[in-house]
Amino acid sequence: METILLLAHTETDGTLAKPALEALTAAKELGGELIIGLVGAAVEAAANQIAGCGASRILAVSGEAFSQPRYSTDAAAAEALCRAAGAAITLATSTSRWARALPGVAYRLEGRIDTHATAVSVLNGAPAVNRWFYRQRIEATLTRSQRPWFILLDAGCYPAWSGAPGAASVETVAVNADGTRTTFSGIRAPKADEQTIRPDAKLLFVAGAGWSKKQADGATHTADAERLILGFLRGAQASLGGSKSLVDQSGEGEAVLKFMTHLNQIGQTGSTPRHQKGLSTCCHGEEPHVVGWRFVNERRAINLDANCGWARGKADVLYVADAFEVVEKLNQLLGA
Amino acid sequence: MSNPFQIVVCGSIVPDPLQTLEPVTAAAGPSLKNEMMLPAVLDPWAGHALFEAANLAQKTPGSKVWLVSQGPKAKLQQVMMTVAQKVPFELVALDGPSSGFADSFETAAALAGAIQGIAGLDKTRLLVFGGWESASRGAGSTMQMVGERLGITEQFFGVDQIEILADGGMEILERVEGGKHQVSVCSAPPAVLGWATGNLPEPRNNPQVGMANMRTIMPALQRAKAAPGANAGLSYASVSLPKQQRETRVVKNMPAEEIAREIIAWVRED
Repeated sequence: METILLLAHTETDGTLAKPALEALTAAKELGGELIIGLVGAAVEAAANQIAGCGASRILAVSGEAFSQPRYSTDAAAAEALCRAAGAAITLATSTSRWARALPGVAYRLEGRIDTHATAVSVLNGAPAVNRWFYRQRIEATLTRSQRPWFILLDAGCYPAWSGAPGAASVETVAVNADGTRTTFSGIRAPKADEQTIRPDAKLLFVAGAGWSKKQADGATHTADAERLILGFLRGAQASLGGSKSLVDQSGEGEAVLKFMTHLNQIGQTGSTPRHQKGLSTCCHGEEPHVVGWRFVNERRAINLDANCGWARGKADVLYVADAFEVVEKLNQLLGA
Repeated sequence: MSNPFQIVVCGSIVPDPLQTLEPVTAAAGPSLKNEMMLPAVLDPWAGHALFEAANLAQKTPGSKVWLVSQGPKAKLQQVMMTVAQKVPFELVALDGPSSGFADSFETAAALAGAIQGIAGLDKTRLLVFGGWESASRGAGSTMQMVGERLGITEQFFGVDQIEILADGGMEILERVEGGKHQVSVCSAPPAVLGWATGNLPEPRNNPQVGMANMRTIMPALQRAKAAPGANAGLSYASVSLPKQQRETRVVKNMPAEEIAREIIAWVRED
C-alpha cells in the first residue's frame, strides 16, 4: 500500500475533533505507511493526543496565522505538508476548512481530488473511494491512477480512533503566511436559544410546507407551528431541517416560520445531514427531498396523506395524522 | 462602491431534480440513461451565484456579469432560454459534458481557459462566482481549481452574503459547521466566491432582459469551443442506484396521544 498523509487541523483548544479522528481510523484501515500533518496555532496537544496511532512521522505547520480558517493560509500550510511528506494519498475530513482549501492544493501539486467520500477501501490492491453522485441519488466506487490523490472523507462514516496519548515527536515545517488579503473576523451564530441546527443530535426533525398551509378551519396557524416546532426541538434536543418549499417561503418574505433559513434546508439542493433518527412532519417525501435523508438510518413520518412519498418505502413508519395534534402531544410528554 | 466589478459566474446545467435518474455504463464511462432527453436546468447553486452577481452589479454601477457555462450545446441553448429572462449577463459557452461523472480537474481547466479568453477582462476587479458544489458531481472542488489557474488565492466557499465596505473591502459570510457563519473581510478583488444559497429569491422573468440577453447568447452558443472531458486516469469500478427499500408500516386511525407515546419511546431507544 502507498504512503498516506493524514491532514488535520486543530480546534480552538488545540486538540483534534472527532471527525479528524474518524479520518485517522480510515487511514489506518487503508494500510501503508502513515504520516500525520497537523495545522493550527499550536499543535503539541493534538500530536500528543494521537502519539500512539503508529504514524511514522508527525509534521506540523503552526503559528497564529494558521489558527484562522482561511483559504490562502490553509492552502499554503497543506501544500507545504504535502510536499514535505511526499505521500501518494492525502486523506482529510471534509471540514469547512479542508473542503475550501484542499482542491486548490491538489491542483498545485498536479494531483486529483475526490470529495464527500463515504468509504475508502482496497480494490484489487489499489485504493478505492466510495462516493455519491447527483446529490446522493447514485452511488459509485472509483479508483485513480494519478498521484497525489486527495480524498476528503465525510464526517460520521468511521468510528473515531482512540488510543492512549503520549509524547509525540513533531517535525516543524516552515510556511510563509504573508501576502494574504483576507482577515478572519469571527463566527456569527444564532443566539443559543435560537440555535436549531445541532449536528450531533440523535434526532433530525424535519418540517415541511404543510406547517404553513391552511388547516382544517380554513386558516393558517404559523404562530402555533412555531411554538410547537421550537417546543419539540427544545424538549427532544433535536436538530431542525426544512423542505425546500418551506425554506423558500421564508426567503421570499412570506409569513412563515421565522427561524427557518436556507441553512436548515434538507434535500437535493440542501444538506444531507447524518443523524441516527429522523422524524418528518407535514412533508410529502418526494424524491428530491428524501435524497437529503440518505444518511438518516431510522425514519418516521407524520402526514395526512396515506399515499405520500414516505409510504412508498422511504420511511420505516408513516403515521397518517395531523402533525399539529401529534406534536402538541409530544411536547406535553416531553414537558416542553 | 464606485469601483465597478467584473463578475464572472461559472455555472453548468443539471437534470431537473424531479427527473428519475438511472446510470448506464458505456465505453467512455458512466452516464445517465437518456441523458440528452432529460430536461435540464441551471445548477441551483450556480443560479444563486448568478442572481447574487446581478444584484451586486446592479448596486455597483459600471459592473458587468458574464456567465461561463459548459454543457452540450443543444442543452445549453434550451436552458439559456429560461435563464436569460432572469438577469442581464453575457454568455461564454463551452460545448462539453455537464455530466456528474466528469472530473472537476478537467472542467476547471476548460472554465479557466474560457475566463482567460474574455476580451478586456480587468483581473484586478475580477470576482469569480459559482456554486460551492453542483447538483451533479457535488464535488465542491471545481471553483478552487479555476481560481488557482487564474492565480487567485483569496477564495470563499459556502458563501451566503457579500457586503461591499466603505473602503472597498468585502465582508463575506461563509457557512461552517453547526449552522453558523464564518465572517471574513477580503481587502480587495480578485477573489473566488463559491455560493451556497445566498439570501435572494429567484428573480421574476423579465422579457426585456431576456431579449437583450438573447442578442449575445445565440452568437455565444455558435462560437462555443469544444471542451471534451476525457476523465484521464479515473476509473469507475461500479455505478449503481441505492437498493435500500424500506418496508413502510402505515399507521392509520391511531389517536394522536398514542402516536406521540410511540414516537417518544422510539426517540429514547438507543
